Amino acid sequence: MSVRRVMGVEVEYGISVQGQPQANPMVASSQVVNAYASATLRARRARWDFEEESPLRDARGYDVSRQVADPSQLTDEDLGLANVILTNGARLYVDHAHPEYSTPEVVTPRDVVLWDKAGEQVMHDAAVRAAQLPGGQQIALYKNNTDGKGASYGAHENYLMRRSTPFADIVRHLTPFFVSRQVVTGSGRVGIGQDGRGVGFQVSQRSDFFEVEVGLETTLKRPIINTRDEPHADPEKYRRLHVIVGDANLAEVSTYLKVGTTALVLAMVEDGAVSRDLAVESPVAALREVSHDPTLRTLLTLRDGRRLTAVQLQMEYLELARKHVEDRLGADADAQTLDVLARWESVLDRLERDPLSLAGELDWVAKLKLLEQYRSRDGLEWDDAKLALIDLQYSDVRPEKSLHQRLVRAGRMERLVTDAEVEAAMHEPPPDTRAYFRGRCLEKYAEHVAAASWDSVIFDLPGRESLQRIPTVDPLRGTRRHVGELLDRCETAEALFTALTQ
Amino acid sequence: MAQEQKQPRKSTESEEATEVAPESDVAERKEALDDDVDSLLDEIDDVLETNAEDFVKSFIQKGGE
Repeated sequence: MSVRRVMGVEVEYGISVQGQPQANPMVASSQVVNAYASATLRARRARWDFEEESPLRDARGYDVSRQVADPSQLTDEDLGLANVILTNGARLYVDHAHPEYSTPEVVTPRDVVLWDKAGEQVMHDAAVRAAQLPGGQQIALYKNNTDGKGASYGAHENYLMRRSTPFADIVRHLTPFFVSRQVVTGSGRVGIGQDGRGVGFQVSQRSDFFEVEVGLETTLKRPIINTRDEPHADPEKYRRLHVIVGDANLAEVSTYLKVGTTALVLAMVEDGAVSRDLAVESPVAALREVSHDPTLRTLLTLRDGRRLTAVQLQMEYLELARKHVEDRLGADADAQTLDVLARWESVLDRLERDPLSLAGELDWVAKLKLLEQYRSRDGLEWDDAKLALIDLQYSDVRPEKSLHQRLVRAGRMERLVTDAEVEAAMHEPPPDTRAYFRGRCLEKYAEHVAAASWDSVIFDLPGRESLQRIPTVDPLRGTRRHVGELLDRCETAEALFTALTQ
Repeated sequence: MAQEQKQPRKSTESEEATEVAPESDVAERKEALDDDVDSLLDEIDDVLETNAEDFVKSFIQKGGE
């Protein structure tokens, strides 16, 4: 029972070619990814290995047929779009019309923050490099979730879970958690409704885009609980919970609490420790109601008849988590688990008293405070285009344009990682998962890595006719402790392969 | 556990409780704060795209996920 778990996040970035609103986003996204790959990856470029993907496997126990699936769900088809693995173990690719960065697998919330922040820098670096190519264009990237005109794109979380946990338990206990956690994890949005035409400010970027409670889709009929079941690990032992109901966060505390608190609740679900039924009536409607009320006073009706605010509902989960950590670990609880609990409590307490007091920690509050300051200074109404611009520019990845980074540099937002750590994480893999093996192989034997994926590295060795696949099915093997010395010692891919297979 | 029986707090009460401070202090701090905010907004004005309406309109996305 802790915040430790194999997990990661993937973020699709909004993209715009400056001065050319009609530019093809797939082309622009490819330019961004290719520019970064060409500049940073030595020698040949390893392909993504699609062999073990199964995007149509449903956690409820069946496969959707390819004939009835929406083409956007067939993420295992190699469409020839740019798709590379970085030396830090991350995946950088074009997802339909967006450049996307998936962090490598990590095991702590702080490491999610670190490798997610590294992704922002990779994106910035990539756009700068794309602009420097002959005929290169100025491309702006945004770490947000909507264009405010009806389109939404995702920021997904992945958590490895015990296969033995009944999926119905996950749905039952996570739905109210997701409906309420946006008061912590929302990144704030100007405009109400999918097309943003409604006037006002809301807590979450994504909540207006959810239409059903449970389902496999991610691009249409978006579900609060996604059932994609593609563990990239031993399916007998694990499932991968794919969470699509979160916002892309820039604030480090928002990301940290998003994955930290979710990891705690998942641990409780696995242990059968959520002893109260916190089910809310009409979760899809409730998700929107919570988002549409930045005062956080909206009362949700629970199925047991109680009426609670989203903050109070989060407090119920916090109490259960505190008790469960005490019962299971007592004095042996690790520092990061205790830190997540303490921060979670502190944030919820202050959200209940005065939401604006969280402006230095949470994205939606930081954005709201800035917008309110502009409204007060310039007398702006909520439908003023300048406020929509501030919303968009908050998430610009360019340091000179990003309003979030401006707040950080002014010392107004709390940081959990340092610039030096982020810079290192752009190139170095986390030491304690299989991403270490993947990243180091890319760094050291790039010439002879033909392809790689979450669960394999495929070598093309001199003098051998067929490609040689090294499976990495267990996410907790291939760590620095496990293979660091071996990788240091083997000068060639051939030597490594021989050592691993003899 | 200390907060097991915690009642939802009424936010109006606790706001009053936290805002008690000598009046002159409050005025001084408010002035300092206002200056601080103004300089931040001035700084942000410098980096905001110039034509907000056109800029926001020209940001259009398709597809994804």
